Amino acid sequence: MNLSSSIAKTYIFSNKKLTAVAVLGVLLGMSVYIFMNSLLVGFDKSSNASIFRNTSHIRVYKDDEMSKSLNQDSFSLSLIINPKVVPTNNTILNPNMILATILKQKDVVAATPQVNTNVFYNKGRLQISGFAIGIKPDEANTMYNIKSFMVEGDFNVLKSNPNAIVIGSGISQKMNLSIGDYLNLTSSKGINRSFKVIGIFKTNNSVTDKTKSYINLAASQQLLKEGNSYITDINVNVRDPEHANKVAQELTKITGYKAEGWKEANETLMATNKMRKMIITFVSLTILLVAGFGIYNILNMTVSQKINDIAILKAIGFKGKDVIYVFVKQAIFIGIVGVIGGVMMATILITILKRVYLGGDIGYFPIDYEPLKFMQGIIIGLVITFFAGYIPAKKAANVDPVAIFRK
Amino acid sequence: MNTVLRTENLNKFFYDPIEFKVLKNIEFEVKKGEFLSMIGKSGSGKSTLLYILSTMDNDYSGSLFIDNELVTGLSKDKMAEIRNEKIGFVFQFHYLLSEFSCLQNVMIPALKLGRLSVKDIEAKAYEKLEILGLKDQALKPASKLSGGQQQRVAIARALINDPIIIMGDEPTGNLDSNNTRLVFDMFQHLTRSYGQTIISVTHDDDFAKKSDRIIEMKDGEIVKY
Repeated sequence: MNLSSSIAKTYIFSNKKLTAVAVLGVLLGMSVYIFMNSLLVGFDKSSNASIFRNTSHIRVYKDDEMSKSLNQDSFSLSLIINPKVVPTNNTILNPNMILATILKQKDVVAATPQVNTNVFYNKGRLQISGFAIGIKPDEANTMYNIKSFMVEGDFNVLKSNPNAIVIGSGISQKMNLSIGDYLNLTSSKGINRSFKVIGIFKTNNSVTDKTKSYINLAASQQLLKEGNSYITDINVNVRDPEHANKVAQELTKITGYKAEGWKEANETLMATNKMRKMIITFVSLTILLVAGFGIYNILNMTVSQKINDIAILKAIGFKGKDVIYVFVKQAIFIGIVGVIGGVMMATILITILKRVYLGGDIGYFPIDYEPLKFMQGIIIGLVITFFAGYIPAKKAANVDPVAIFRK
Repeated sequence: MNTVLRTENLNKFFYDPIEFKVLKNIEFEVKKGEFLSMIGKSGSGKSTLLYILSTMDNDYSGSLFIDNELVTGLSKDKMAEIRNEKIGFVFQFHYLLSEFSCLQNVMIPALKLGRLSVKDIEAKAYEKLEILGLKDQALKPASKLSGGQQQRVAIARALINDPIIIMGDEPTGNLDSNNTRLVFDMFQHLTRSYGQTIISVTHDDDFAKKSDRIIEMKDGEIVKY
């Protein structure tokens, strides 16, 4: 072992208490940093997962148009108009061609048509308003993974039975419906139709569970007195949800219909996420920085205590950089031990928290081992300890031995 | 006889609290194998001169030659190398690293020089400790020894690299007469047997009288040469 390392080692082990305090500081800072950042990633993932249960990455639909003045000629008479939404059909024209066009885009992985229908669920005198969503069962399942939150019944039956309906658990509770029961739906166009309940789902979002149901695309078109080319929405999933907004802009250009990314549609949630990210990053970095100050303090103290040693080492031929090595190596030792301890501590914390059941929409605590965050923590931790050691080391290197000897 | 150390026109100022000329035109030579004592009252500049000779103080004008090589103006790192190889130090206080054993303390300058293997350095350190009568204390921590023993360990450390010059800043200042005699005899032995040069600042007139040559300083000048 080289000389500066062995001196560093001796200093570290001769003052075990101080070393332990410094190591503990780094350990706690590191573990909290990794833990909080993993938690952050977990939160984001769980909130995205709950969004994607109801929302596709991009929704293509026909936006309402405002009426315009017919008269564009400035020389003719002025006309007072009352701009309002044009009462046209909100259908997408030629949906098959548009669907095919969308599917050709390279970032798009799935696209499926959908018809949103506002309905009343009737049973006896009880009436609940909600919306029935007309879907192609297979395609919708790949998009929203509906099967994963089914609590009763078999989703596949929806394919074979045109009169089948899958309802939210809230509706089934309120109306006392179970599998095999019939439920009457009234649409906004006044059409009445009976459906057979073949499944119940539960998203843990109570509003959704109390209002939403899935029916076949054709059934929903009938409820609206429309033909089989009537499509209100085309839902699109892309390869990377983070890029959904960009793809949405392209789709708007290509199709001429409004394409809206999920981030745009959930702006409040996105803002909350952003805020959470900022706060957690700030707090966890501060904690790491405080650990760095701990090392700085302790090494500064060591430099003051060992100032005679430093003077004699310089007298017998240690160069400035040799002295720097002695102290930086101590910092790096503390840093490495602290980082290893911190990684273990974070792993333990995450392992414990993963098993904590929170219930509700979230279920188990949304945290996982995030390799990227571990790497980030290790690198930032080591950089901070290096600088926390370098500053006192630099001070030690600048000790003037003559000033010490002449005291 | 060869000259091992020479100064030309050395001048040094202190600026704090007021400008003050500590050393005035110091010019002298030290021959190989000489045992030189520097005496003078407090404030006469003898310690200041010694630290300039030791290369640790670079803030002066004039020239300093060690082993016929101009040292003045070299980089600090280069000077550290010269100190490591050619100069041994003994101070009034021992300045041992208290967490290390005596043996390790003695070995450090040689490990820094890195010319010999660790095994050879260890053997050599034992040899030096034996000369100073401390072989049986070698593995004890430096802080566990008596004052006289610690000072002898410090001398062993100064000797480990077989420096051509050994510089002492009141090396016997804290020692009783018995230990003082021991250290003096040791120094004399080194100059006679190994041809090493000793430059020592001292307040001890007996110590100075017994040495080969005395340089007396007064108000920053050499008055007796």
